[in-house]
This record gives sequence, structure tokens and C-alpha cells, in this order.
Amino acid sequence: MKQIEKSAPRIGVYVCHCGTNIAQTVDVEAVAEYAGTLPNVVVARDNMYMCSDPGQALIRKDIKEHRLDRVVVAACSPRMHEPTFRGAVFGAGMNPYLFEMCNIREQCSWVHQDREKATQKASDLVRSSVARAALLEALKERYADVTKAALVLGGGIAGIQASLDIADAGYKVYLVERQPSIGGHMAQLDKTFPTLDCSACILTPKMVDVSRHKNIELITLGELKEVAGYVGNFKARVVQRARYVDIDGCTACNDCVDVCPQIHPDEFNMGLSTRKAIYQPFPQAVPGAFVLNLDDCLGKLPRPCEKCLEACDAKCINYDAEDKELELDVGAIVVATGMDVFDPLVLPELGYGKHEDILTGLEFERMLSAGGPTGGKIVRISNGKPPKDVVFVHCVGSRDKVCGNEYCSRICCMYIIKQAHLIKDRLPDTNVTSYYIDIRAFGKGFEEFYDRVREEGVLFKRGKPSEIFRRKDKLVVRAEDTLLGKVTEHETDMVILGVGLVPSEGYQELAQMLKLSLSPDRFFLEAHPKLRPVDSNIEGVYLAGCCQGPKDIPDTVAQAKAAASSVIALLNRGEVTIEPVVADIDEDLCSGCHVCEALCPYSALIYDPGREVMTVNQALCKGCGVCPSACPSGAITMRHYTDAQVEAQLDALTGHQSVAEKVEA
Amino acid sequence: MADFEPRIVGFACNWCCYAGADLAGTSRFNYPPNMRIIRVMCSGRIDPSFILKAFHDGADGVFIGGCHPGDCHYMSGNYKTQKRVVMLAGLLSSLGIEPERLHLEWVSAAEGQQFADAVTRFTARIKELGPLRIPHPKVEDEHAIEPA
Ligand code: FES
Repeated sequence: MKQIEKSAPRIGVYVCHCGTNIAQTVDVEAVAEYAGTLPNVVVARDNMYMCSDPGQALIRKDIKEHRLDRVVVAACSPRMHEPTFRGAVFGAGMNPYLFEMCNIREQCSWVHQDREKATQKASDLVRSSVARAALLEALKERYADVTKAALVLGGGIAGIQASLDIADAGYKVYLVERQPSIGGHMAQLDKTFPTLDCSACILTPKMVDVSRHKNIELITLGELKEVAGYVGNFKARVVQRARYVDIDGCTACNDCVDVCPQIHPDEFNMGLSTRKAIYQPFPQAVPGAFVLNLDDCLGKLPRPCEKCLEACDAKCINYDAEDKELELDVGAIVVATGMDVFDPLVLPELGYGKHEDILTGLEFERMLSAGGPTGGKIVRISNGKPPKDVVFVHCVGSRDKVCGNEYCSRICCMYIIKQAHLIKDRLPDTNVTSYYIDIRAFGKGFEEFYDRVREEGVLFKRGKPSEIFRRKDKLVVRAEDTLLGKVTEHETDMVILGVGLVPSEGYQELAQMLKLSLSPDRFFLEAHPKLRPVDSNIEGVYLAGCCQGPKDIPDTVAQAKAAASSVIALLNRGEVTIEPVVADIDEDLCSGCHVCEALCPYSALIYDPGREVMTVNQALCKGCGVCPSACPSGAITMRHYTDAQVEAQLDALTGHQSVAEKVEA
Repeated sequence: MADFEPRIVGFACNWCCYAGADLAGTSRFNYPPNMRIIRVMCSGRIDPSFILKAFHDGADGVFIGGCHPGDCHYMSGNYKTQKRVVMLAGLLSSLGIEPERLHLEWVSAAEGQQFADAVTRFTARIKELGPLRIPHPKVEDEHAIEPA
């Protein structure tokens, strides 16, 4: 063993094979051997799985035996296992901030094939980490109390379920929904696949539970505007738009609707029927109170026509109501903002919008519903008669690079199969044909349901329609039957487009507000696709339902319950650790020039006029490191990312060639 | 110049670019092995002096990866980075260093492919430029700064 001065750091380096994940492209033994030659390194070893129990035990044993005071593990990404190893060294009495992780898997062995070059790169990275480790300083973690309340964004089935679970555990929930009622898309569905439960019958009781729960504060017509703070202590600013109808006073008597002269397309029925300017979104709406959309109102300026005001016996209409701004303190946030359906106007060849008898799946769903525009009767919009022939088109706006949606929307095959069944159920003599690319019937009971519907006489043809147009009073679907290899023209009465799902409107603004990452499909990105499917990349913010990616109702509910349990665990713990990675000011060096003050996005830098220096409010500092990089006096130190630490890494990565060699002769 | 293997230092912010680089790994998107990354919390931590030091000490190229505009985990760190990079590009050219040797790229946590592509392009560019040679100061200039 090398002789090392007493005060010098004593570093242990551990290079992981990760089975063959690292070892197949990096000569792990050679890297470990090389690490042993680096300054201050007391032990250097390689091991099959450093993150395993024996791997961690090895570190702890070495810390004791070799009196290590720094540990470097070269393995996977710190985003994966840094917490694991910090825990391991802490278990042996070492300050966790004296641990350094070196990424030779994600950023080396997995992306390079040349073994020699990958080994060289791994050695360089280890050298850089060892240099940094030598300068690491012990930091003390801070703790903060957790506000025992949660904010749930979105009142569809995901948000409803998450709210109920969190509220049942005894915590306050603010459920914010931007529509006038909760219920989301599930409220619009007639039946659910494959069990054919009535959607409203299973959803409505849950909606009512939300409205009655003493721990849930429901904020409809609400929109998140701003979020500050961090896990355990978020401050959310929510704007609640005026409803112009007093929620508690309204008895839903309908008198106002009867007199209202203004007619508008009904959003709930996908524009297939109309509503008044004052209306109830749908009969089971929660809250049940009516809502007045002043933008739709006749003669908004200077005054509304006031017919509804006169008709309202309960006197609960108030045109002067104003938007309310709410400040909510919460410890955790569940994002359950759902999805929108794909707009087939993007694909003009499908004829949607040109012919009334071409509907989207969701429009047809409303037609199927007993509470819908036709009272559940299946009719051609063009003539009001039942269709004799119906065609379904799969994968509209899904699995289609042309319209930018490469992903499978996961529900369309099944809702089409369900809708086909419902047609056969109500109009047994109607021919139903479904044009598909592949049938994806992967869930519990799905394949069996698909079989049943085929036996009922629904025809499935493999091929994607290229064009839909009108010929006299018929629609013609032109498609290539890829099994027969020939182009067919199918005359039909009605076409239903199996539209896929897209991120819900405003997802980008929300992502920016909460600092959420997006997947390539534009849905919110989970922290880990396998092991942390409901965590977002931001601590304390969880994802539930379709906002994370298309999914059906059972998967949505499962994810909502998982998100709720994560929230409950956090609120129950009552305390969060705050990384001590913050800025520090050396007051002897600070000249009080205020340069840093303007740069800090959190106003954590405050001028002390008495001492004429800047100071850091460490509770506000988030540790981005912008200020030390701008301080002209070098007075600010960024803990854990100090100038010296970064420069040591730079030296280690570049230092082989002296400046003299670089200078042109 | 065919066998010239450039030495490239990369700085990546933890929240976007570093995560994007990890995703490139998980997805096994290959790219040239020349760059070594130093992880910082935010690209705003990258002191211009780090970049100058990297070139001074022997880096042939410096790559900076941050979050897309508007996406910085600390709100505005990447805007500061952008300003610094623009400022440094001018300074580099006046020092006789090709400003293309310093490259700023926005990479989100979901952009593994984009990260791999960006590193591939940048490495090729530096190979084309060849090893960095810092021009020797002219003799008269040297006398000028000599104490009288
Ligand atoms: S955190 Fe990525 S640039 Fe600021």
C-alpha cells in the first residue's frame, strides 16, 4: 500500500461490472487497477454488482478497515444509484456528501463499442471523479416540515380516484378542474370495454363521494397559474373563473335555461347537440349547479339580457361575480390532466368535417349514450335513419409518423370492438366492418371480447383506408386489403374514425410551470419507466392517468391509486430532507456589488446594508450555481460544485498535455 | 488528421442534458467516445473561466448541454449560459481559437437520440478542425507587458 500523509484524503474506488452491462465493453479490472495508481487512492477494487448487498457491505468494511474518508463508485448513472451508495457510506459513519459516483455505464459502456477506447474513457472518468472526490466536503443535511395537504390537478377518473384515496387517509386535498364539472372523458362514455359496465353508473358515485368528502375542496373552473417551492412545501396559485351562478344556491330547476335565448354547441355531446349560454354540463355533473358562460351570453356588453336573472327564484345569478385567486399550500402534487382526442381534420383524405356521417369514436360514443344527442339511437346524421352499413377505421392519428404520433393509443382497438358490439346489439341487421393494421387486445378479458364480437358477425379487414369520399348518398371507403393484396371500395352509410389520444391542451404550459419533462410522444415523462412509473422527475410531483401516456380506465385507476399512495407516504413522513447543495458567500471577499442579486431567480441573495455585503438565504437557495459563475470577486462558493472541485475534474480530464506543448512553436 | 482523436470536455446540467445522455445509454444509441462529461446542477453553473481553462489546459472542444429555453430547472440558468457562450465565442476568436470549438446544445431528458447525434456531429467537427493550437504571442507584445 502506498504511503500517504496523515492529512491527505483516503479514497476507496469501486468499479462495477454490472453483470456484463459494463464489463462487455470496458475492461473493468484494468480500470480498477489504474484507479489504484491515482493519488490518494487507498483501495481500488472491481466487483460484479456494487449495488448488491455484498457490494455495499464491501464498501462499509473497507471504510472501517482502511479508514477511508472518500468513496468513488464507478458504475451506472448517479441518477440511478447515487442515493443507494450515499446510504451505504452513511451506514458506515461517513458523510454521504463525501461519496462520488462515476457514470461508466449509461455514458460509456452502453454507447461505445470499441473496447479499448471505452476502457480509456472509463479510466479518464474515474480519474476525474477521484480528483473531485479528494476535494469533497462533508455537508449537513437540512430538514423541512411537510405541509399535510395535496393538490390534485384534473378531475377525470384519475384525479377523482387519487383525491378520494388521499382524502380517505385523512389529508386535505384541493382538487382543481378547469371544466365546470368533474368527470372528465369517462363521463362521456356509454359503456366500458370489455365488461360493458355502464360508465356513468360506476363513475357517478365516485363523483358524488368527492363532493361530499370533508377533506376534499373541489375547485371547478380552476386553472393552475404558478407553482413555487419544493417537495413538502409547494405554493400553488390557482385562478378560479367566475361561474356567475351561486353553487350553494342553485337548485338546478332549469328555469333559467328555459328562458335563455342563446344557443351554443354542446361540448359534452361533442357538438352533436346544443346548449344554452347558461347550462348544466350534463345531468350527473358535480357540482350540479348551473354555469353561465358570459362569453356565450347575448348582449354581454353593456349588460346581459337578464332573462335568466329574472327567471331565477333562488336569486343565485350574479353577473358581477369575479374570478377568484387562490393561494394553496400543499406538500405534494398529483398531475392527472388527462388527454384530448386526436383531431382528424388534420387528415383531410378521411373526409371528416366534410360529410356528416363521418364521426370520431368519441362523437359516436355520445350517440350511443342514452343521455346523448339521439337518446342512444344509432342514426345517420344526414337523414336521421339507422345505417345499414357501418365502417370503423383503426389507428386514426396513432402509429402514424405523418401526423407526428408514432405511438399506439392503446384504447382504440378495444373501444372500436366495443362500439361494433353495441351496433350489433341494437341494429342486428347492420353490417359492421372494421379496417385495422393490427388488433391490440392485450388486457384482461380483451382477446375473449374480440373473439365474441367476431362471432357476432363483425368483419375485420386488414388494411388502412387511404381515402373516404361521398358517392350519391353513400360514403365510399377506399382501402387496400393487405391480406388479399387488392384495393377495395366499400360503400357504406356511416364511418367511425378510431381516433387516438393526444396530450391535453395546455400540457406545455403545465410542464414549464412544474418543470416536468416530456417523453418524445409529448406526454409527461415518468422518473423511471419500470420502477418509478408514477413519479415525475420532480420530487413531490406525481403522475396519474393519460397525462403520462394513453391508457385505459383500469390502468388509469391503478396509477391514480399508486400516485395517491406515494403522496400519502410523503405526507405521513411529515419531513423532507433538503439537499445542502447551496451557495455560500465569503463576506471578506464580497464587495457588495449586487451583480448576483439580479441573477438569482429565487431572490435568495440579499444585500445587508449594515455590513455592505451580500448574504444568502439558504432556505430559498436551490443550488443552481448561477451566482458563483458571475461573481466578479470570486466571493461565492457553490457547495458540492465548488470552483476547485470542477477545476480538479478539468485538470484530470485535460491535464496530460502541458500548455507549452500546445503553444505553436 | 485521420487518426486524430480530439479531447472533448462536456458540461451537462443534471436535469435535462445529463438525463438525455443517460437515456442515450439506456436506448443504446452509439456515439464517438471522445467526450467526457462533467455534471453540474444547471448549465448556469458553468463559469466562463471553466471553459477558458479547458481550452488552455488542452481540450480541443468544449460541449455545453442544458435544458431547452423555458425548461431550465432553475427557471433561467440556461439563458445566462447562452449569453455567456455568445460572449465567449467573441473572446475565443480574438484569442485565435475557432469559436466553433465551443458548442451549446439544448437537450431534454427525453432526447437521447438528439444527444447522441449532437455529440457525433460535434466530434466530427472538431476532428475536421484538428488539434487546438493556441497561437504564440508575438514577441513585441510580450515585451509590451514586461515590466520596465
Ligand atoms: S437546469 Fe438544465 S440548464 Fe438549468
